[in-house]
Amino acid sequence: MAAIALKRVSKVYPTGQTAVRDLTLEIVNGELLVLLGPSGSGKSTVLRLIAGLETPTSGQVLIDGRDVTLVPPPRRDLAMVFQSYALYPHKSVRENLAFGLRVRGVDAARVDARVRETATALDIEALLERRPAQLSGGQRQRVALGRAIVREPKAFLFDEPLSNLDPTLRAGTRTELALLHRRLATTMVYVTHDQEEAMTLGTRVAVMRAGAIEQVAPALEVFRRPANTFVARFIGSPAMNLWACTCARVGDGRHLVSPAFSIDLTGIDVAVPDGAGVYVGVRPHDIDIVPNGEGNGAGGVEIVEPLGPVTVVHLRVGGLGDDFVRVVVPADSRIEVGDRVTFRVRPDRLHVFDARTGQRVIDQHGR
Amino acid sequence: MRARGWALVTALLVVAILFPLYWAVIASFTPDSRLFASPSLVPRALVLDHYRALFGGRDFWTPVRNSLVVAGATTVLSVGLGGICAYALARLRFRGKAPVLAFVLAVSMFPQMSIVSPLYLLLRELRLLNTYPGLVLPYLTFAMPLTIWLLVGFFRQLPPELEEAGLMDGAGRLRTLWEIVLPLSWPGLATSAILTFLYSWNEFLFALSFTLGPERYTVPVAITLFRGQYQVPWGQILAAAVVATVPVAAIVLVAERRIVAGLTSGAVKG
Ligand SMILES: Nc1ncnc2c1ncn2[C@@H]1O[C@H](COP(=O)(O)OP(=O)(O)OP(=O)(O)O)[C@@H](O)[C@H]1O
Ligand SMILES: [Mg+2]
Repeated sequence: MAAIALKRVSKVYPTGQTAVRDLTLEIVNGELLVLLGPSGSGKSTVLRLIAGLETPTSGQVLIDGRDVTLVPPPRRDLAMVFQSYALYPHKSVRENLAFGLRVRGVDAARVDARVRETATALDIEALLERRPAQLSGGQRQRVALGRAIVREPKAFLFDEPLSNLDPTLRAGTRTELALLHRRLATTMVYVTHDQEEAMTLGTRVAVMRAGAIEQVAPALEVFRRPANTFVARFIGSPAMNLWACTCARVGDGRHLVSPAFSIDLTGIDVAVPDGAGVYVGVRPHDIDIVPNGEGNGAGGVEIVEPLGPVTVVHLRVGGLGDDFVRVVVPADSRIEVGDRVTFRVRPDRLHVFDARTGQRVIDQHGR
Repeated sequence: MRARGWALVTALLVVAILFPLYWAVIASFTPDSRLFASPSLVPRALVLDHYRALFGGRDFWTPVRNSLVVAGATTVLSVGLGGICAYALARLRFRGKAPVLAFVLAVSMFPQMSIVSPLYLLLRELRLLNTYPGLVLPYLTFAMPLTIWLLVGFFRQLPPELEEAGLMDGAGRLRTLWEIVLPLSWPGLATSAILTFLYSWNEFLFALSFTLGPERYTVPVAITLFRGQYQVPWGQILAAAVVATVPVAAIVLVAERRIVAGLTSGAVKG
């Protein structure tokens, strides 16, 4: 049980690479915080800073309010699951699990009991006498997990623990991890670049870019109200449509105008002055294909991607350059490459960002 | 066809390497009278005369014991201390790591001949002439750099995550070294131990210079001093050479199996 905090932490590697810059983050006791970001954004570095495997160049790391910036990893009492699992190859599964307890001087009987309990919980009892080399990838993953939970640490750190599993196993293990978190109610920090994992697991999600956090919020909030264009583009699949527009008065109403279309803003509160440049974002789910004459714009169908439950249609729209307009349509719609269709943006689902700063300017649903 | 060609080449090589050894072994069992008579590949009479003379008349046990003590101590110290050094150089971050490594290498580059006299004077001042430490210390100056270089390379290729996992599990640096790094480093440790042992077992110049009497002679020195003013006891020299070679060859063969086993069962990647 632990609350973890990073206070204005920066990390510059000896190579001169700045991996984390001036990052402040509070992780509440018992929550599962997901660090999400593209490759190289510094997620692993943040995790390693919390673990003590790296020392910050500046700033502080606190666990339960205590400054542990210079405390070495063995005395932080955190457990980490590595992407490569890092099981001790020369030790049996039993010894792998027992090691952390043994070094802490737990007596043999108790070690044995804990190892057995953990193995039962993870369904790996049958593997206890094997070496890591004799296990499948999924089994290794469970052992790595077991090695972390057997010790009942203050908090868990996961660095992309599922990325080496096949998709079916990954989904199953993800669910188990969620259950595990509910059962143990221990603080967890979970690094991933898979947004689906982030959304399903995280109590909160911190989206990282280039060593800084762009937004920390509950998972759905990050999706519904991205704080800036980076988060907007990064979260959600297929990715959000983002267009450069200007806010203009047309007749008696205000419109968002781009070379490709125009959206009537009647009834929507946009806090940008007329003539200001903005980015308008619309998720592909929030665009409908409508009969001629009722839409905001039109385009030719260039790509049709059936995903199963729904189909993603890419429209080439004049004036948008190389950018497609992505629209999600029901799987049974009869749209084919080469068709010309009209689309309509649901005006209450707009995300508007300042063109200069990239920051969000209006609240969705009038909030 | 190709495979057969290689087999032939290999066979020739093996014969070329083994023949002198075979010849020495045979000769060491041949009585002096026949030694120069009619050399033949298949011996006609085998006698233990030379060995009897070696251990009965000459007390060859003493040099063997001396060599074992000196080579053994050098090996243990070199691998022990060198291993710790190498681990620090391979894993810890500190200033001036590259210069230290270069310096270590430079030390081993001195021609032995050039430092015999200064070392002699030094050892005399320290009253270490004709003692075991008087040989072990100079040997270490040559053996340690080799060990360190070998092991730095070896430690570097172990995945650092294993040690990080150890740290996260609550083990300190030393415990991690002992329980995780060392068991995985068997092949590297064995290799450097063998090389060190061979080096100190065969070393001649220092042993000759820093020992003063038969009670401290090592095997190579003792063998050299077999030759008298008027005659060279070839039979005994060869017998001594066999005694000096066979146990070492046996150790290396056994250890090598271990090395190969260590390398193949590695599966270091999780
Ligand atoms: N030991 C190191 N020495 C020097 N630079 C490093 C080191 N580790 C990471 N970096 C650099 O720091 C930056 C952040 O790396 P980090 O591993 O934290 O990213 P990440 O978000 O975990 O990426 P990924 O999703 O690919 O694992 C990268 O530019 C990387 O090249
Ligand atoms: Mg990473």
